[in-house]
Amino acid sequence: MMYEIAKDPIDIQAVIDKVVQREAGAITTFIGTVRELTKGKKTLYLIYEAYEPMAVKKLEQIGTEIKERWEGAEVAITHRVGKLDITDVAVVIAVSTPHRADAYEANRYAIERIKEIVPIWKKEHWEDGQEWIGNQLETVAYPSGKPEEGDLNE
Amino acid sequence: MNKVLFFAHLRDEAGEESVQLDLAGKTVADVKAIVAEIYGLQKLDSAMTAINEEFASNEEVIKEGDVIAFIPPVSGG
Repeated sequence: MMYEIAKDPIDIQAVIDKVVQREAGAITTFIGTVRELTKGKKTLYLIYEAYEPMAVKKLEQIGTEIKERWEGAEVAITHRVGKLDITDVAVVIAVSTPHRADAYEANRYAIERIKEIVPIWKKEHWEDGQEWIGNQLETVAYPSGKPEEGDLNE
Repeated sequence: MNKVLFFAHLRDEAGEESVQLDLAGKTVADVKAIVAEIYGLQKLDSAMTAINEEFASNEEVIKEGDVIAFIPPVSGG
């Protein structure tokens, strides 16, 4: 499985191994980790939750989009759910391509798309409270009910 | 009947992970209004909707057996 939602700690090397191919000249790995400070506010831990079957489908869609844009790319993504402490690994994205520039670009594309279309949410727990992120600021709204073309290409 | 799923803050507000409602023939926009009313959800307008695990527009019509999920703005990664 190239696209997974994991309840246990992610084996980074196992994700990288999935994209090894003889045609590749580069593999880029993105490791998303839990940051302690956001705008001066101290996070104690996070809870990630996913709509798992749809999240896997959307990760697959991102992989398909990458393969259409960057020829010869292989993609593997694993996202963690559950309780994560500071410095824990939340997501690992591995992309291999024949040439290095594509591997960097395609990997960046993957993480940006995850933040747009994959149904995964994090709940921040601070010393003085907790909040689901992505909703309260209401910086993102979908008046038509789903992401607009522009939302998806930002 | 249709299964309706709530996630993140919507689940907290609704107090339910999933509910069964008879929504066949209604549009997504209708469903949002109905569900917001029943469960007192303030921020359903800012949520996306998925039907059978695929994003759906407000005009789409629900069929018998469809699984509907409200997807608040995501925050993975």
